[in-house]
This record gives sequence, structure tokens and C-alpha cells, in this order.
Amino acid sequence: MKKVLSIILSIMMLTGVLSLSGCGSKSAKLDATKLKAEYSFEDLKGTEINVYNWGEYIADGTEGMVNVVKEFENLTGIKVNYNMYDSNEDLYSKLKSGGVNYDVVIPSDYMIERLKDEGLLQKLDFNNIPNYKFIDDNYKNLFYDENNEYTVAYTGGMVGLIYNTTMVEGTPDSWSIMWDEKYSGKILTFNNSRDAFGVAQYLLGYSINSTNKDEWQAAAEKLKEQKPLIQSYVMDEVFNKMESGEAAIAPYYAGDFLTMKDVNDDLAFVYPKEGTNVFVDAMCIPTSAQNKKAAELFINFMTEPEVALQNAEYLGYLCPNTEVLSDDRYTLKDNEVLYPKNEFKTEYFHNLDSDTLNLLSKLWEEVKLA
Amino acid sequence: MKALKRTYIALIMMFLYAPLLVTVVFSFNSANSTSVMQGFSLKWYGELFNNSTALTALGNTLVLAVLSACIAIVIGTSAAVGINSMKKRWLRSSLMTVTNIPMMNPEIVTGVSMMLLFVFVGKLVSSSSVLGFPTLLIAHVTFNLPYVILSVLPKLRQTDRHLSEAAQDLGCTPAASFFKVVLPNIKSGIITGFIMAFTLSLDDFIISYFVSGPKFQTLPIVIFSMTKKKVKPDMYALSTLIFIAIFILLILMNVLQAKAEKKENRKWEAK
Repeated sequence: MKKVLSIILSIMMLTGVLSLSGCGSKSAKLDATKLKAEYSFEDLKGTEINVYNWGEYIADGTEGMVNVVKEFENLTGIKVNYNMYDSNEDLYSKLKSGGVNYDVVIPSDYMIERLKDEGLLQKLDFNNIPNYKFIDDNYKNLFYDENNEYTVAYTGGMVGLIYNTTMVEGTPDSWSIMWDEKYSGKILTFNNSRDAFGVAQYLLGYSINSTNKDEWQAAAEKLKEQKPLIQSYVMDEVFNKMESGEAAIAPYYAGDFLTMKDVNDDLAFVYPKEGTNVFVDAMCIPTSAQNKKAAELFINFMTEPEVALQNAEYLGYLCPNTEVLSDDRYTLKDNEVLYPKNEFKTEYFHNLDSDTLNLLSKLWEEVKLA
Repeated sequence: MKALKRTYIALIMMFLYAPLLVTVVFSFNSANSTSVMQGFSLKWYGELFNNSTALTALGNTLVLAVLSACIAIVIGTSAAVGINSMKKRWLRSSLMTVTNIPMMNPEIVTGVSMMLLFVFVGKLVSSSSVLGFPTLLIAHVTFNLPYVILSVLPKLRQTDRHLSEAAQDLGCTPAASFFKVVLPNIKSGIITGFIMAFTLSLDDFIISYFVSGPKFQTLPIVIFSMTKKKVKPDMYALSTLIFIAIFILLILMNVLQAKAEKKENRKWEAK
């Protein structure tokens, strides 16, 4: 018994010592004088909020950035239980399970639509979110929240084609390159049904929110045709495969391309002419929230230009904050990949009706098994 | 033949340790990549200690593993003693089957059913946030139990039934005879059970994922949620540190065991 105890104790001590000695690189501090709103409320001190966000979706104190959650805690005296998920569906099932309650969640557009339709979201009190005025008009009145009652945009992005210039001839401008037999075994695609189908649907000129069964069927045929050329279906594995040059072509998000480009300079990015998918992730408050006022304070804090700047730098995705977009410290300001000048067709994912969803999952299985 | 043997061993070692080696190597990468090595740096170890989410989760995971393993050995050992002293054979074997269910059951089924149970109980007491540390602990103790029972039971079978009776004849109370006679005999089984329970709890993801709440997240859950964007080398740094800690402990354990054996041998020789 002693031995076991000593093992446990030494593990704990080791981790304890290591965490103490690790104060080497300091994370940045937030300049509180630059904040635009008031964050000290006596009645909220000592309360808690549960925040549920995507993984690695907030400046967390690493890489010389500000630890946003900690700054909020210090400023307001509100304790934040910060949790992360890796897909909208995970978030949905957690919220729906009834065993947990979250005060702030940050789902994507189509999931917001679904949550709202099912009555899982509540209206925000915008008097408590004065920083909402910094949100760009392009991120207001969107389909999932037409009257701007439920959401405050957090970030967004677009899917494009990433390719390795040493392996691909010329400059591709169309999704059709993903069907080019020359690159057989060097092509990656999404390992989730809607994004993978999306590529085929743009190419065929269909809407990605089609309710026409024949169109879905045709897209599935197109994907089956593509399957022999595909190296693998990937999500985050795309980083390793593209960075190491294991694959030549992959569709992924513009912001993530910038991360890959830091490692492998041969990579290039293009928005295909047939159009592409755009998404917005926005902050909302579920109906089961226990501390709505603190949640609104958190949303306001996240919309604070100084904080939004940190998050935008950390994430590398689109920033909806007008103050950040005109800030010279923002290194991605005027970045051509993130903020393209030329116009092209973009489409949001909408929530599909259950018949179409069933058809989609059936067809996706067929494609994967083909 | 010898060459064949060696290659076989080498292959097994490679399959076991190559992934760990890759993890260790890339934890020293100077670039933000887990596939392209650009140079040596300790940067990610520094970053790791700024990553408060991961560190809190690591602490949570250790606390949960130790606590659930401790509870599991107490309950599991008592259960094993009970099962062992059952007179009816059919009762004993049917009880063992029931015990094995959590072990044989696919984890996802266990996870979902436990979550549903907890939510149901939560509804009864009208709580909307029932999932949290207590539910996580209950779940971990549950799936740890069969392993403890399975490692303690054989030890109990090896021990002579009449040993504790003899102790009682000599004036021990039943409780004292258990602690003084039975427990030392099954000690090694309990320790094995504890280590099994500890490791199982440490790396469980599926069940934890379903029964955890916002206030208490474990490391596997946190790492999994990072797969939306990318797992950064700082997680590799963390894995390397955990690996080194366990490696040192194993060496220490071996050294201590060897010492103890030597002592024992000397004792015999002296006699």
C-alpha cells in the first residue's frame, strides 16, 4: 500500500513542481484602461458562469497572448467554468440532455437556427451589451437571427481550396481539381457529410441547402466518382498532411490555411469560382442559463475591441468587430486570404429538415462504403 | 532463428514505442506543427504552463483517478470477500456475471445509460445541472469495480479459508482477523486492482464525456475538444512529461522491488 501511495504522491508532486517552475514565459496582460464598458458589478461578484465554446477558440494566455477568461475573472470577480466541444452536434446533444446548464454557448449559424427553433435559446438584453455597436453590419440580421434578438457574432470563416504549389500545376480556380485523376491519392476531403457534399454541390451548381432529393443523389454519385482519388477523409488531420506535403489538395477553412502556411510556405489558397461555404459562430444564451446577467457581461467583454483583437489574432478567423478591423495592430488586417477583395458566391449552411438529414446520412454512408 | 527472434522483438518494441517516440520528438519542435520538424526548442513546455485549461484538467484527472481508485478498492475488496464466502455456487457465478457486465459492455452504452440515469435522478430532485464531479466519480467507481474484484478474488481463493477462523480461535475479533490475517494475504491483489483502476480512470474518455459537467472536465475531454482546430505541440509536451513521470516511477519501483527481494534472500541465508 505504501508503494502505491508513494507513486501517487510523487506524480502529484512532480506535476505540482512543474507547474510552479513553469512561470517562464509570461502571458500578456490586458490594458484595463482601454476597455469601453464597465465590468465591476457588486451583485455579480462571487457568482459563476458556465461557458461552452469550440476548442482553441479563445486567446488562452499561450503564445504571448492575453488569457481572456482569467482577465474576465479578475475584472469582474465572476468565476468562469470554461468548457470546449469539437462539433455543433456535441453542443446540441449536451444542451438537449438536460443534465447540464450553460450560460454562454457559441454555436455556428445553422445550429443557432435549430436551437432557436427548438426554444433552447433566450433573447438577449442588449442594454447589457453596449459593445454590440462594434459589430459589423454584415454580421447582423443574418438568417439565423433576423431581428438581432438572440446572438452576438463572435467569428466567421470561409472554406477554400488549399494546394501545394510544388505538387499542383498552374493555379487552380475550380473545385473540379478535386476530381482530377492527375492528383489521384494526393487529394483530401472533409470527413463530415455536409462539408464533403458541399464541394460536390458547388461543382454541380446546386444549393448546399437543397431539398431536392435528386440533387442530393447526383452529388452522392459525384462523390463516389471522386472516392478512388481520395487519399483520406480528414478533419484536423489536414494540418499534418498538408504541412508535411503528404497530400497536395484539400478543402479547409481560410483561417486554418494561415496556420499551415506558417509551417509550409509552399502552400497556397484559392476561393473556387463555383462558390463556397461561409459560416458565422455567434454567442448566445441558452434558456437553461442560471446567471443571465453575468453571461451578458461575458458576451460584452468578448466584444470589447481589445479582447476581440486578442481573440482574432489567436484564432486567425474572420473578425466581426469594426474597431479591430480598423486597428493597425491587427496583423491580419487586409489579409487577402481572410478578407478577399473580389466578390464570389457564398452560401451559409441552413438547418435541414429531418427527411433531408436522413437522406444525407444514408447517402454519406453509401459514399464512405462505396 | 535467433535473428528472427530479434526482429520479432524489435518489431513489437517498435509498434509499442514508435508513437511515444514521435510524441516526444515533436514536443521539442520549434514550429507550431506536429508533422514538420523545424528545429529544437523548449517553447512548447513553456506554453504548456500558460495553458491553464489543460493544467486544471490534468489536476482534475489525477484527483478523479486517485479518488475513484481508492473508493473502488474499498468497495471492490468488500465485494470480493462477500462473493468468495458465498456458499451457493449458482449465486456466486451469477453475481460474477453481473459484476462483469460493466466491463464487457461497450463503453458508449455504459456512458449513455449512466447519463440518462443521472439526468432522470436529477429531474426527480428538480436539478437541471446534475452532471458534474459526483456523477463522474460514481461512473468511474462503477467501471473500476469489476477490475478490482477480478484481481482480488483469485488472491482470496489462494488464501486458506480456515486462516481467519484460526485467528478468531486465538482471540481475534472477526474484524481484527480480517485486517491482520486476510488483508495481508490479498494485499498484492488489492494493489494490482488499484493500479488497474487508476490507469483506467486516467485515460477514460467515452464514459467521462457523457457524465461530466461544466465545472469539472478531465484531460481526455479537453484534448478531444481541440481536434476541431489542431492539437498543438504543447499537448505533446504534456504527454512527454506524463510519460517521463511514469517511466521514472516504474524504474524506482523496480529498484525497490529488487532491493526488497535481496533483503528477503539474505534473511533466508542467515537462517
